[in-house]
Amino acid sequence: MTPIDTAPRRRLADREGTLAWIFLMPSVIYILVLVAVPFVLAIGFALSDVTAGDPSFDWVGVRNFERVFEDPVFWRSLGNTFVFTLISMALIIVLGKVLANILVADFRGKWFVRFLVLLPWTTPVALSSISWLWMLDSIFSPIDWVLRQLGLLGGADALIKPDTNMYWLGEPGLAMASVIAVHVWRLTPLAAVIMVAGLVAIPRDLDEAARVDGAGYWRRMFEVTIPLVLPVAAVAALFGAIFTFTDMAVVDVLTNGGPNNATQVLTSWAFFRGIDGGDVGQGAAIALFLFPLLLAAAVAILRAVRRMEV
Amino acid sequence: MTIDVQPDTTAPAALPGAAEAARLRRSYRRRHVLARIGLYVGAILAAFLCAAPFLWSLITAFKQNRDLYNPANNPFLYNRPATSDHVLYLFERTTFTTFAWNTLWVGVLVVAITLLLGLPAAYALARLDRPWAGWFGVVIFLVYLVPPSLLFLSLSRLIVAVGLQDSTWSLVLIYPTITIPVSIWLLIGFLKAVPRDIEEQAMVDGYSRLAAFWRAVVPLTFPGIVAVVVFAFTLTASEFIYALAFVSPTTEKVISTGVPTELVRGDVFFWQSLQAATVLVAIPLAIVFNLFLDRFIAGFTQGAVKG
Amino acid sequence: MAVVEVRKLVKEFVGGVRAVDGIDLVTEEGEYLVLLGPSGCGKTTLLRMVAGLEQPTSGDVLIDGHLVSGLPPRARQVAMVFQSYALYPHKSVYGNIGFPLRAVRMPKDERDRRTRWAASLLDIDHLLDRKPRQLSGGERQRVALARALVRQPKVFLLDEPLSNLDAKLRTSARDELKRFQEEIGTTTIYVTHDQVEAMGLGDRIAVLAQGEVRQIGPPVEVYDEPADTFVATFIGSPPMNLVPRDDVLVGFRPEHLLPADVVTADDAVALKLAVDRVEYLSGDRHVYGTVLGIGEPTRVVARLPATVDAPVVAGEEQAFAVAGRRLRFFATDTGRRTPRVRLGAREQADQEAL
Repeated sequence: MTPIDTAPRRRLADREGTLAWIFLMPSVIYILVLVAVPFVLAIGFALSDVTAGDPSFDWVGVRNFERVFEDPVFWRSLGNTFVFTLISMALIIVLGKVLANILVADFRGKWFVRFLVLLPWTTPVALSSISWLWMLDSIFSPIDWVLRQLGLLGGADALIKPDTNMYWLGEPGLAMASVIAVHVWRLTPLAAVIMVAGLVAIPRDLDEAARVDGAGYWRRMFEVTIPLVLPVAAVAALFGAIFTFTDMAVVDVLTNGGPNNATQVLTSWAFFRGIDGGDVGQGAAIALFLFPLLLAAAVAILRAVRRMEV
Repeated sequence: MTIDVQPDTTAPAALPGAAEAARLRRSYRRRHVLARIGLYVGAILAAFLCAAPFLWSLITAFKQNRDLYNPANNPFLYNRPATSDHVLYLFERTTFTTFAWNTLWVGVLVVAITLLLGLPAAYALARLDRPWAGWFGVVIFLVYLVPPSLLFLSLSRLIVAVGLQDSTWSLVLIYPTITIPVSIWLLIGFLKAVPRDIEEQAMVDGYSRLAAFWRAVVPLTFPGIVAVVVFAFTLTASEFIYALAFVSPTTEKVISTGVPTELVRGDVFFWQSLQAATVLVAIPLAIVFNLFLDRFIAGFTQGAVKG
Repeated sequence: MAVVEVRKLVKEFVGGVRAVDGIDLVTEEGEYLVLLGPSGCGKTTLLRMVAGLEQPTSGDVLIDGHLVSGLPPRARQVAMVFQSYALYPHKSVYGNIGFPLRAVRMPKDERDRRTRWAASLLDIDHLLDRKPRQLSGGERQRVALARALVRQPKVFLLDEPLSNLDAKLRTSARDELKRFQEEIGTTTIYVTHDQVEAMGLGDRIAVLAQGEVRQIGPPVEVYDEPADTFVATFIGSPPMNLVPRDDVLVGFRPEHLLPADVVTADDAVALKLAVDRVEYLSGDRHVYGTVLGIGEPTRVVARLPATVDAPVVAGEEQAFAVAGRRLRFFATDTGRRTPRVRLGAREQADQEAL
């Protein structure tokens, strides 16, 4: 009698544990090689004396950090980065929420409005920033032109100032405001889209129950809608803040950090030192400074979100 | 058990009488109308604020130099006849088309790599319940904490080491680090929306896990995959830092870095051509993104809100 | 306590779909009115129009004699319990119950008193600090009821609140609901598609189909004297048997179709049942077969209670009968109830043939 065959061996395509690993490994390895390794390398650079001219690797301990800290521009950049990030994020969250409410409602021409509203986000940042460069130009700015027509600029009795132009990118305070404004302009659509997802996830029942319970529009907004969107908004804010904290595109194109480092942020400063200036060690030290801050902020916000979860 | 039905002595509020009801009705109708007006005003204002620069770019692209470089002229009208010279200049005398072409094939390849690596990974995390799946989500997130601005220094060394310096291919290599984490996150959301029954049915019907994934699940997630494709492409086309750091030769550049550097020679800005370039790139991207916006939101709802 | 009245209420949706097609309805004070019907019949739309969550295309809604059409829900003094209960997940049970009182800006101590009163009425005082996600289905229903109760509305509106509970819980929850309403005495309108629920809960049942009220009346009336074939077949499980005969449909309920020697009424109508299959269900026997002799041969069901142990064998033709006064007649074309038809000569001839 021929022996009965034992159960067929499971094909590779069925072994879930192995399959899971196979599916995940490529991404993991890729990220490891191209993110984790350079990260460690960056730490290494920060502790070395590598420059573009002298690529030999010598340990110098924390000397780079010392030199970086001695440079007042570094501290200016740090302060600017915080100001830039905090103000931008505050505006982005509030405006994004308002825009999300608009996008959720039903009205004629909604598709077209959506298209227009997406333009700032989907356009490559370099290009949109260049458009703004002209719009904020010291001589030819269309905004200034409009203000002149309205009598707010130019002439002795102008409301804002007698000059013919605002010097949006020339005056330190205005330059920072301009950079913030363009950045907010760019990111608000994305924040709005994320918050639409949050709004849409709220069951319709809840809003109706609140209506029947007697709550008016504002009470419903503040006691039902916003608390339920808060976790999503917080995550969006976190990603936005991290992105803003490490972004330099707008600054680079509009002001290049000027005037006089008034809009210099950590990333642009790191770029300036590391690539333009060729001092890789210092560049890395500056950029690396960001990481612990980001980590702390991220952990804090994630904890808060976890507690908010319903 | 006797129940105290009345909690206290205050009588409950009364329904409005006829006259008061009529007044209330008018007041509610008025509020409703005002709310609608407010909505339209808000929508128009938002659309204007977001799109005005592009509208203005569109106008400017066709302006003559003497029209443009006159601060007294109305920037929104053609004070001199419109000209297509500058737009043509963009196509004929600059490497704009090369930039556009580069951006396109880099985008396509990066998206392909993203899907190739990301889709299976997302499936593994969404479906094959491994106990370490939750941790992975955190790790993915941590990747974003390490920003390009920190990595570009070491990465530029790496690029040189593999001999890809000054080549567009370096971008193809590096960009997926930006697109993969968020794509995995979004794809997990889309995959979770597919009921388990589908794969289980396929497996009962005789397919292996792998085949069930490919034949049954992927087709159902297709709209979500498209949304992720669009999003990843947008990210790629917009990326600035790596493109600036790794690629110098003009013919290798993408739009993001090429346009600013090509059309800005020293202090001279070829404004009209720049605006034309901006508009030409912005509009298709926004249209495509808009087409898939609903899908994108659905995926976000699944992944971010419930995940 | 109030009376809800709808007059010629119509709701038409985009695309011409008439969810509610000209309904006139008046509740009685303090009654428990059930709106019963299959999905899509308009019952939920009707409820939402009474609540003010939908505006009617035409027609009026009156609560307690006051015209409330055009007014939003909060001006109507109604309370609603949703199918999902719609508890605010981020608020505690205390916060959920107290929310309607905050909306009318009641002072804090009175709010507190009322909230605790409502909670104690529903036996959930011990849950006041919990969040909804920590509660069971039955507990959530009670919180939803407490929240509805706390404002002392004129009308309770309930939208299939038992559908989310599992079957075992449903019966006890149903019992609780009924006792609760009897104690409180507020007029209640209750929507469901489950006819067992409707029969158990309602003082009156309004059977709806395709946006119209087919019949309204106490459960006994709706069961025994259905106004048309829809009501006859929707109510009752298994549904009423309908046998075509000339231009009427002869109807009789399964429990009235019994073996001939069991039916002792003198107006009994004899017929033959070709038995196909017998099912045993909790003591009753369900007999499936084809009936002959009363009209066209039709598949019917007979429900024999446990007390009847006359043998029934599958595959055989047996003598069955229905008491004459249990027969109901419906016009074939409209489905509406018609007066009794004399089964006359045909009947005699059939009887002789048997």
